[in-house]
Amino acid sequence: MTYIAKPKVHHPALQKNAIGLVRRDYEGSVTTLCAGCGHDSVTAAIIQAFWELSVHPHRVAKLSGIGCSSKTPTYFLREAHGFNGVHGRMPALVTGANAANGDLLYIGVSGDGDSLSIGLGQLCHAIRRNVNALYVLENNGVYGLTKGQFSASADPGSLSKRGEANTMEAIDGCLLALTMGATFVARSFSGDKEQLVPLLKAGLAHKGFAFISIVSPCVTFNDHEGSTKSYAYTREHMVEVVEADFVMPTKAITTQYDPGTTRSVTLHDGSRVQLTKVADDYDPTDRDRAYGYVREKHKAGQIVTGLLYIAPDSSDMHEQANTVAAPLHDLPYETLCPGSAALDKLQTRFR
Amino acid sequence: MRPTDVGHPDYFHRVVDCQWACPAHTNVPEYIRLIAQGRFTEAYLVNRASNVFPGILGRTCDRPCEPACRRTRVDGTPVAICRLKRVAADHRDEVAHLIPTAPSEKNGKKVALIGAGPASLTVANDLMPLGYAVTIFEKLPRAGGLMRINIPSFRLPEPVLDEEIGYIVNMGVEMRFGTPVTSLKALLDSGEFDAVFVGSGAPRGKELDIPGRRDSDQIFLGIEWLESVHFGHVDSVGSHVVIIGVGNTAMDCCRSAKRLGATDVKVVARKTRKYFKASPWELEDAEEEGVEILENLQPIRFVLEQGRLVGMEFDRFRSIEVDGTLQQEVVGREIIPCDTVILAIGQDNAFPWIERGIGLEFGKWDMPVVDRTTFMSTRPGVFFGGDAAFGPANIIWAVEHGHQAAISIHNHCQGVPVTERPPRGVTLTSTKMGLHEWAYSNNYDPSGRQKMQHVEMPLRFQNMTTEVEKGFTAEQTRTEVERCLNCDVQTHFTDSLCIECDACIDICPVDCLTITPNGEEADLRTRLMAPADNTDQPIFVSGQLKQTGRVMVKDENVCLHCGLCAERCPTFAWDMRRAVIDLPHAGAAVALVTR
Ligand SMILES: Cc1cc2nc3c(=O)[nH]c(=O)nc-3n(C[C@H](O)[C@H](O)[C@H](O)COP(=O)(O)OP(=O)(O)OC[C@H]3O[C@@H](n4cnc5c(N)ncnc54)[C@H](O)[C@@H]3O)c2cc1C
Ligand SMILES: Cc1ncc(C[n+]2csc(CCOP(=O)(O)OP(=O)(O)O)c2C)c(N)n1
Ligand code: SF4
Ligand code: SF4
Ligand code: SF4
Ligand SMILES: [Mg+2]
Repeated sequence: MTYIAKPKVHHPALQKNAIGLVRRDYEGSVTTLCAGCGHDSVTAAIIQAFWELSVHPHRVAKLSGIGCSSKTPTYFLREAHGFNGVHGRMPALVTGANAANGDLLYIGVSGDGDSLSIGLGQLCHAIRRNVNALYVLENNGVYGLTKGQFSASADPGSLSKRGEANTMEAIDGCLLALTMGATFVARSFSGDKEQLVPLLKAGLAHKGFAFISIVSPCVTFNDHEGSTKSYAYTREHMVEVVEADFVMPTKAITTQYDPGTTRSVTLHDGSRVQLTKVADDYDPTDRDRAYGYVREKHKAGQIVTGLLYIAPDSSDMHEQANTVAAPLHDLPYETLCPGSAALDKLQTRFR
Repeated sequence: MRPTDVGHPDYFHRVVDCQWACPAHTNVPEYIRLIAQGRFTEAYLVNRASNVFPGILGRTCDRPCEPACRRTRVDGTPVAICRLKRVAADHRDEVAHLIPTAPSEKNGKKVALIGAGPASLTVANDLMPLGYAVTIFEKLPRAGGLMRINIPSFRLPEPVLDEEIGYIVNMGVEMRFGTPVTSLKALLDSGEFDAVFVGSGAPRGKELDIPGRRDSDQIFLGIEWLESVHFGHVDSVGSHVVIIGVGNTAMDCCRSAKRLGATDVKVVARKTRKYFKASPWELEDAEEEGVEILENLQPIRFVLEQGRLVGMEFDRFRSIEVDGTLQQEVVGREIIPCDTVILAIGQDNAFPWIERGIGLEFGKWDMPVVDRTTFMSTRPGVFFGGDAAFGPANIIWAVEHGHQAAISIHNHCQGVPVTERPPRGVTLTSTKMGLHEWAYSNNYDPSGRQKMQHVEMPLRFQNMTTEVEKGFTAEQTRTEVERCLNCDVQTHFTDSLCIECDACIDICPVDCLTITPNGEEADLRTRLMAPADNTDQPIFVSGQLKQTGRVMVKDENVCLHCGLCAERCPTFAWDMRRAVIDLPHAGAAVALVTR
């Protein structure tokens, strides 16, 4: 944690986005995480992504559970709505909030402990419902906040700081998400903002559940030799399969893409994700092959990163459930609560 | 780029913008910190070591440090460095016992200094403690040069001058007042001195030879007039005064005229305000006192009626700026009524007392040929400094010339080539005291620059000696010291420790830091978190980082020296280290040059 607050003053040449805000306007209060924590870099990438998208901060809701990772929504978008729930329950919160107001942009931030241990069931169902939200899983292989116990994502054989090997099989969040039918699945690394920022932007633009698992080293409890979630290990073993470039709806494509290796996926709002294949035999729209590919590479000791899978025309929870499109707080009271006569009428249908 | 060599004495020195810009390289952030701690005496001594006259300069310095101050690039206005210098001088305790003294045993070498201005006094200050017998020849009855006879005491009170000049003279300098040197040849031929330093200034006011110039006794040369005012030979002036020129001298003339009873004082300039030589604060002070400043007027003749000066005629210009240069055309004529005119259009050097053919070459504009590093003329053993060396400048330049000439004189007298300069150095000390604790005040204070309070208007005109500037109050001082960014507490990087976690980059409030593949400087400058387009400011490049082979790049331009990068770094790859730049004066040379 740092003692002085980050000074408000910024670089004189800092650019403004389409709504006149500079990147610094998307910050939150200063981090209280350990110096060097990967989660802080993810926060910086989130700030950058929201700034680039020219989002109005007050049109965003930030939700989280418990853990160092779950603390991070405090450190970005100080003007956004936020709710910090109990351990592992963020998926329920984001589902409920989205049900009540589909107009806001939702970002949920969680950890491997929060999502894959206590909150595993919650996560699976939020994926199934295809809640329209960006779900960020900051994966460090440990419970950072409770001092570094192995989490469910720790690889077998990975050593704890005290030198003991983990014996249990790991849950890979991305494989889980693919299995549960997620419509957007990506993996990245906190130390690679060039890759991460476009993925976050695409995830925010995606209509449906966008799941991004980010290797985000715990510098205090899991950055040593023998750890498979350290900065050094991740850098040595990560391979990118699909490079994603996010293009705003209003913007013409200026970059030259090679048609042989590049394809464009148009999202519901007209924005596009340019997918450049880095690995020849990869198809990010084929769920089964994506699954197989990630498994295969994992066996070879590689961490596959990039946009692993995308289903461009997915229908989200509201569409599936045919619920009212407008935010509930915009509905007239009589519509929202039609009174006991209407209730009686409804109940007679079930008698 | 190759990794930056931060051990080079210039690298971190350049980052301390004020110290780099100060001709005498005063350690500004160090004295500001001392003031912040209430250690005024130490702050004064830090100043004195470099600029010799903190009390005088704290009121009168041209302040090249202030436009250079990093704070200007951060929030638009520099730290009031000069005002804080005066705070140190005003609030210090007695320092007489802390000033270097001359040894009772002399080194057997005798040095003559011509003129008792700041340049000569600095030479004496540096040589006396080394055991030299120093003699100053001064044509006037008092020491100080233009600081004494031209800068009016409402800007620089005499007791301040007396005290600071006294510290030097009291080391045992032999002062020969009322003794103009009339022949350099004779002085050299006497064989009495091992070295001679010419610090005689630029004593001649520039003339304006237009019709009428010789027809009235109410037309004066600015520097002569100020001198007469100083000595009391002039104690009144006409009521309508026109001053020609808009430099330092004009500003002192117009404000002096106000105090001698003039009711209407106009300063007339040929160019437009942007091109005025006077500093913006001098112009403001004059205008505050009701002096009118007119531009675009070129004098063509003095207007006399029955031998009496009644006005001055001017060509009126229209000015436009084309590609950064001023273009002027005459658009009319105009007469400004007046009964006194003071010419303040510049000073010339004059060396009627230096004979030609004594091995001392004169070059362009009949100026002696003087080496810019050693300050030696073409005649070995004869040195120049201050306004006498390269024409009129200011006090702080005269001081720096004096320091450098003293090094040369010392070398010369000890048989060391004058070109052998004592080496500069840099020492770094970590300021880390705890996880979030530093030995300096690292938090950024957003306060604005404090404004100097002035003595109320009617009161200040009562005499010539009421100092106008009141000095900072305790509150103003407390606020202003915190505006200093401590640029001498440097960000120091150890590449082998960095794990490339980006924490420093993410926290930096002003986007100084980037980890990126290396490249040529011009290309690198465009690839940073914020483009580094201020090429006056260096960029730091580390060696290759272990994990990716990229490099850490820092653009020094707007770094706040807040230490957050070092606080957020998990491996202490960044540290905040105080850099002390060692800029030796005379005396260090002998210790360092061993043979
Ligand atoms: C009106 C005015 C206002 C100024 N205001 C400022 C200011 O606010 N801040 C600033 O930094 N600078 C100011 N300056 C400039 C500054 O005063 C000079 O640059 C500085 O004093 C030069 O110092 P010096 O030692 O070279 O010479 P000087 O100060 O000129 O001293 C030279 C001395 O040599 C003596 N001398 C000359 N010839 C002989 C001889 N043959 N024999 C013996 N003695 C001789 C003279 O009598 C004089 O005492 C001002 C100048 C003027 C004219
Ligand atoms: C119901 C409940 N059980 C246990 C805890 C203790 N607890 C706090 S954080 C945490 C694990 C957090 O791990 P993760 O989500 O990976 O976050 P990290 O700190 O690693 O970012 C646990 C078990 C709790 N707060 N609440
Ligand atoms: S304990 Fe680990 S996860 Fe938590 S802040 Fe520290 S480094 Fe980050
Ligand atoms: S001290 Fe470090 S964090 Fe602060 S402005 Fe300078 S580089 Fe940035
Ligand atoms: S915080 Fe330290 S370890 Fe991390 S990137 Fe910066 S210098 Fe390197
Ligand atoms: Mg964790």
